[in-house]
Amino acid sequence: MEWLTPDILTEPVGLSHFLAVGAFLFVTGAVCMATKRNTLGILMGIELVLNGANINFVAFASPYFREDNLGLDGHLMALFVIVLAAAEAAVALAIALNYYNNYATIDVDKANELKG
Amino acid sequence: MFLLAEATSNAAVINWHTVFFFVVAALSCGFALAMLFSSNIVRMAFFLVISLASASGVIFLTGSHFVGAMQLMIYVGGTVVLLIFGVMLTAQEAFITMKTKAGDWVLALIVGGSLFALLTQAAFSVEAWHSTDYQQDLVKEVEKFNKDVIASMQSDGRAELDVEDRKLTKEERVTLSDLQKRIRHGYPELTGQIGLALVGVRTDQPSVEATGYTGYLLPFEIVSVHLLVVLIGAAYLARAKKRSAE
Amino acid sequence: MAEYLSTWIVEAGWDGWGWLAYLLVALVYAALLLNVIAVGAVVFIWMERKISGRIQDRLGPTRTGGKFGWLQTLADGIKLLSKEDLMPGEADSFLFKVAPYVAFAAGFSAFMALPFSDGWVALHLNIGIFFLLAVLGMEVFGVLLAGYASGSKWSLFGAMRQAAQTVSYEVPLGMCLVIPVMICGTMDLVSIGNQQSGLFTNWLIFHDPFTFMIFWVYFACGIASVNRAPFDLAEAESELVAGFLTEYSGIRWSLFFMAEYGSMFLVSGLAAILFFGGWNGPFPIFGIISEATGWSLESGVFATIARFGGLINFITKGVLGVTVMIWIRWSFPRLRIDQVITMCLKYCVPIAAFCFIGVLFWTGIVMPNVNSMLSIEAPSNHEDYTGRANIREGWVKDVDYTVSQHELSLAKKAGPKVLPEAEDDDAQEGDDDKKDGEQVEGNPDEPKVEVEVNKAAFNNLNNNASQPLLAQQESLSKKGAN
Repeated sequence: MEWLTPDILTEPVGLSHFLAVGAFLFVTGAVCMATKRNTLGILMGIELVLNGANINFVAFASPYFREDNLGLDGHLMALFVIVLAAAEAAVALAIALNYYNNYATIDVDKANELKG
Repeated sequence: MFLLAEATSNAAVINWHTVFFFVVAALSCGFALAMLFSSNIVRMAFFLVISLASASGVIFLTGSHFVGAMQLMIYVGGTVVLLIFGVMLTAQEAFITMKTKAGDWVLALIVGGSLFALLTQAAFSVEAWHSTDYQQDLVKEVEKFNKDVIASMQSDGRAELDVEDRKLTKEERVTLSDLQKRIRHGYPELTGQIGLALVGVRTDQPSVEATGYTGYLLPFEIVSVHLLVVLIGAAYLARAKKRSAE
Repeated sequence: MAEYLSTWIVEAGWDGWGWLAYLLVALVYAALLLNVIAVGAVVFIWMERKISGRIQDRLGPTRTGGKFGWLQTLADGIKLLSKEDLMPGEADSFLFKVAPYVAFAAGFSAFMALPFSDGWVALHLNIGIFFLLAVLGMEVFGVLLAGYASGSKWSLFGAMRQAAQTVSYEVPLGMCLVIPVMICGTMDLVSIGNQQSGLFTNWLIFHDPFTFMIFWVYFACGIASVNRAPFDLAEAESELVAGFLTEYSGIRWSLFFMAEYGSMFLVSGLAAILFFGGWNGPFPIFGIISEATGWSLESGVFATIARFGGLINFITKGVLGVTVMIWIRWSFPRLRIDQVITMCLKYCVPIAAFCFIGVLFWTGIVMPNVNSMLSIEAPSNHEDYTGRANIREGWVKDVDYTVSQHELSLAKKAGPKVLPEAEDDDAQEGDDDKKDGEQVEGNPDEPKVEVEVNKAAFNNLNNNASQPLLAQQESLSKKGAN
């Protein structure tokens, strides 16, 4: 029966695992922001980045993993991040639509008017 | 989470908390990757939804149900619907799939990969973070409670009664229900605490009395006003412009 | 159940397979919930056809399966299963295939947190109602994706309308849901349901005039958010062929349908729990029997029977809600999109906000509700349930408890000499109360009341004085009666 219960599934996960997930989402989001040319694609990357940060906050706040955790502060930080992300998305989307209306494109590489 | 500590009676038992963590984490990371490598903007939005929903599962597994539900509600239900809206409003053949240069990909992946390596290295560098004793401690507490109850039953003569009549005392019942709550629901008082902290009362740290540390009333107000400003601003920016007929 | 099964499996000699028990239990839950949706959809579709027939002065299905056409939906289902699965050439094939499952999964997972009777819930969450609302909001994704992926203009129009409608109606819906939460002081659906036990006057809809008003707003918003007529702009047959469903056929189409009927039941079930006492019948029959005979409502055979009774109550209420929705669908003409949004923003939101403030003041000033005037004690199902007010004051209780714990630890640190003196304690507690009192309102009488409640609650926490507390409440309710 050993093969049914490998160590990786019987050991409780620790804080590190959650941080790794957060880091992965963060990096994916960052790469997404760097490589996408579509304005909305970049926005999606930002969402992922913020989400990765959020997972870290919540993981550090959880009493499951550490005795002296962040407590309420972590949860509230995460909440504020979520709310501000929603606000940011709304404004950025409005800007993107405006940009699309004025220039008939959503390619960020074409937005170079201020380049001089 | 309710799964925690249910499966801890002996060592070689599958830990469902871990299993679910791996499932949810794999979904979240996998769909994030899918989003990164997909070039169709609508599919990207779809992958983002699943990734974010699974990420809320990860948050649920840390025991903070309120934040997890908030994530589902605002991110998945609000923000991404907005994004899809934007996608649909701007989706024209030329913009649905926009290719990136191979050089950009290589550069971004190298930088991203090394950043990820660095962050994971940092996350796993602390020995104490690899695993947690929370479940074991909980099990120990339950065992201790069992012992205590048996001892007190023997001491005050309840043990001689019939099994039917062996009632717990009020204190014991409260401890028991508290333990049961912690086993089944994690820490349910958290939601109330978050609510109280948002109106300026910290129940978890009564010792901190200095100004600015007592609660989150001011940030809460600022965020509310900020949201209002954003509401108006976004509506103004995105409004339909009346092109003057020339 | 899981614990029982796992020990049983281990005892039966299958060592190392204990984990299987948990999987089995999860599967049982999932199968039960899936059946609720599937059977529910079958029944509701049959009901819809029958009711619409009667409303339009015809018979509806009569032949399949006996006199009333019982098996009509089943036959339809078999027909749908055997249909060819078409996909338009313009479609985005992956998203087109996935969209129905997204819609169905969202509707299905909302059922996870819906209690069907006292404690009979797949996932007992402390934030049940919030979770439900969040998951319900995700159903729009399926529709959006379907509309986009179909590659048809009708579908896209339908999906856009649907998205606009759902996103706007989430605002008044959320505000309506906040009101019962505010009265009950918890987001736990099981607790909200249990607080309405007793005579039907204890139901939240009879709590005060504002809750009576808000229920109708909630129901209207609920219909809009599940996309039913007269708000079914997304599939307006007369304008958009079938909206986002235009290109779908066969099993995928029926998945959308199941999701729709599932969420209809969900919305009316939620209405039943929040406003109509959930699984508590109009008369507390089981409570009275339990008091007369001393049979426990907590555990045992009688409790199970009582819960079955509750289940029947709950399902009856839910089905009644769905019937009303069907009735509305076949009686009202469809609204235009601008009328839909107008109704949401100009009527529902202000009314909901007004009711919110009204309920706030009503509970703040402690106006009488029907129940206190009739002076009928609600026989509670639980020993440790001490009334609605107490759950609300639980928040204050938390503050008090932590403050007192902190003082104790301070006293311990200071040494054995300095015991926590009564004066000191009172001053601190008084401070705290003042803070709370100011927050609640500026009423000068309020803090005093609060102190009493606090102390009572605090004592209750230490379990010295739960009996006196109950007595106090009783006397209070009697006073109210006089």
